[in-house]
Amino acid sequence: MSGLVIDPKKCTRCGLCIQQCPFNAMAMVEGQVQINAACKMCRMCLRNCPSQAISEQTDAPQPQIDKSQWHDILVYVEHSDGRIHPVTLELIGKAQALAQVIGQQVNCLMIGDQIEAAADALLDYGVANVYLYEDPRLKYFRADNYTEVFEDCIQRSHPTVVLVGATVSGRSLAPRTAARFRTGLTADCTVLEMRENTDLVQIRPAFGGNIMAQILNTNHRPQFATVRYKVMDAAQKQARIGQVVSCSIDSAKLDSKIEWLKIEKKEQEVSISDAEILVAVGRGVKDEKTLALIETLAQRLHAQMACSRPFVESGRYDVKKQIGLSGRTVKPKLILTFGISGAIQFAAGMKGAEKIIAVNTDPQAPIFDLAHVAVVGDAGLIAENMLKEMEGEAVCSAN
Amino acid sequence: MNIVVCVKQVPATQKVEVDPVTGVLKRDGIETKMNPYDLYAMETALQIQKKTGAKIHVITMGPPAAKAVLQEAFALGADEGWLLTDRKFAGADVLATSYAIASGIRQIEHVDLILCGKQTTDGDTAQVGPEMAEVLGIPHISWVTELIDVDEKALVVKQDLTEVEAVARIPYPCLITVEKGIFQPNLPSYKRAKAAEKNPIHTLSAAQCRTLDPARIGLSGSPTQVERIFTPTHDVKTLRLEGAEAESAARLVEILKEDKMWEEENA
Repeated sequence: MSGLVIDPKKCTRCGLCIQQCPFNAMAMVEGQVQINAACKMCRMCLRNCPSQAISEQTDAPQPQIDKSQWHDILVYVEHSDGRIHPVTLELIGKAQALAQVIGQQVNCLMIGDQIEAAADALLDYGVANVYLYEDPRLKYFRADNYTEVFEDCIQRSHPTVVLVGATVSGRSLAPRTAARFRTGLTADCTVLEMRENTDLVQIRPAFGGNIMAQILNTNHRPQFATVRYKVMDAAQKQARIGQVVSCSIDSAKLDSKIEWLKIEKKEQEVSISDAEILVAVGRGVKDEKTLALIETLAQRLHAQMACSRPFVESGRYDVKKQIGLSGRTVKPKLILTFGISGAIQFAAGMKGAEKIIAVNTDPQAPIFDLAHVAVVGDAGLIAENMLKEMEGEAVCSAN
Repeated sequence: MNIVVCVKQVPATQKVEVDPVTGVLKRDGIETKMNPYDLYAMETALQIQKKTGAKIHVITMGPPAAKAVLQEAFALGADEGWLLTDRKFAGADVLATSYAIASGIRQIEHVDLILCGKQTTDGDTAQVGPEMAEVLGIPHISWVTELIDVDEKALVVKQDLTEVEAVARIPYPCLITVEKGIFQPNLPSYKRAKAAEKNPIHTLSAAQCRTLDPARIGLSGSPTQVERIFTPTHDVKTLRLEGAEAESAARLVEILKEDKMWEEENA
């Protein structure tokens, strides 16, 4: 069994590892330090043990896979009845940059019903092959039959990397398909880099927030990653080089156990992900009067309101308004934050903003490290004075 | 009918800091609680129990101390607890975790329905539910927003699919993950907790899971490895405004004008 082992002869029982373990996975049991099931293999104890009593034990080396059998990057196309979700173009853009490092190409997988025109349109972005699976039973997403199709496409094309948008359906489909291939999947990657040996470096915020983890999947293929909307830069149109490849699989595999009773078009509301200007509020906005001032300011700026997690937990705002790891990712031209300290959980969801203006009473608030303008002050007073200034301007110009 | 609710013990605080000198994680105490999203899965189970009289099992994987999260579930109304604990489970990524919990669920007889919260607050991946469904070979629906009907054979649920809302019938055995807001969770009851003190908790080691393949759990069963963890750096030039609010506000409005983010209306 692989894992960490503690040499009881070297261990001085100083307890440093127990104190430092971020997962509370070490304890003194009958005078011996023991590691329990909470261990996440971060190796913090191994690195910091003053008497080098901790070492890593590995099983007999596993047979290495032949990476050359897996090639090209496959992008799953997220769409609704042929209307392509913009995250798809962002994934294609990223995939092209990754593929260039290893001299390979980008393919797409598109699943639906009567969507050939949309599949063809993807060729404008320099995609090599668009694998197209069409059937009335595939009109809307269902995890079971979509996984059958995904499996078929992977068997056919043997991609080294599979990128899926972290949308409602993507986050349901990618894990199911990755599990079928018994391979790794990294959710919500914020950075992706390619190594020359085709290993994908996947970076994501981890362990509840304030640190980043760099994750590798070195001995399994394909390497699955999901990426949120508005994290990567969209692909540009370029010369068409590719083709649409119509594919079919055993019809029985398209029968789903899930039966649609009703499909309703949803009222389309403007999502905070699409807003140009956002005003976001957090824990520091304590009273309703301050909130009302900030909401008025947002109206004047034609901005949408958003928030960090405490506002959703207290029920003051709907979860659709939440920015962050457990909410939405946003990439507005401008974001103004009031009373948000800027834990990575939140920062990960908004650091793509072109301009960040942060207001906080704490001069040390972490959000000031990524803000372009850091305002130390009271949220209510700032909002009130900004409104006054803006009124003043309006009056002046009227004269 | 048997329902299994999957729960996880998570840190009660989101404050994780890295010491800039030693690179060591600083922990702010070691308080833990039930993953807040699991409360919605528990409440969904209780609502289904009202209609069907189902038995509610609750399962978790973690250190021996994770027993506390099962007791939390008892205080909410769960009937029977299952704790997967073994050093062999340590270092598991999503795939190995899903496989281990699925193997634990296989020890429970005649499971009809598995319920999960939409994600955890410490991992935030939302992947374990769908991966377990695949391991168990049963259908799943993620992000269920509404439970419309339940009978002896199937659930009817509503799911939000970005542009459309779908009402679907999914037969047992199946797995669903539920959105926050599907039901308002009840508060834990001291009376129930007291009454539940004798509720059985079954501890399962890897060897006690009959169908489990030891090569697929823990670190060895994990295709992904964390190569390093680090604190992100930012290289933004920050303009700091630390004076009186009135002055800062005036400067902010100027900046908004320079950026063409605000123009006086009706000008």
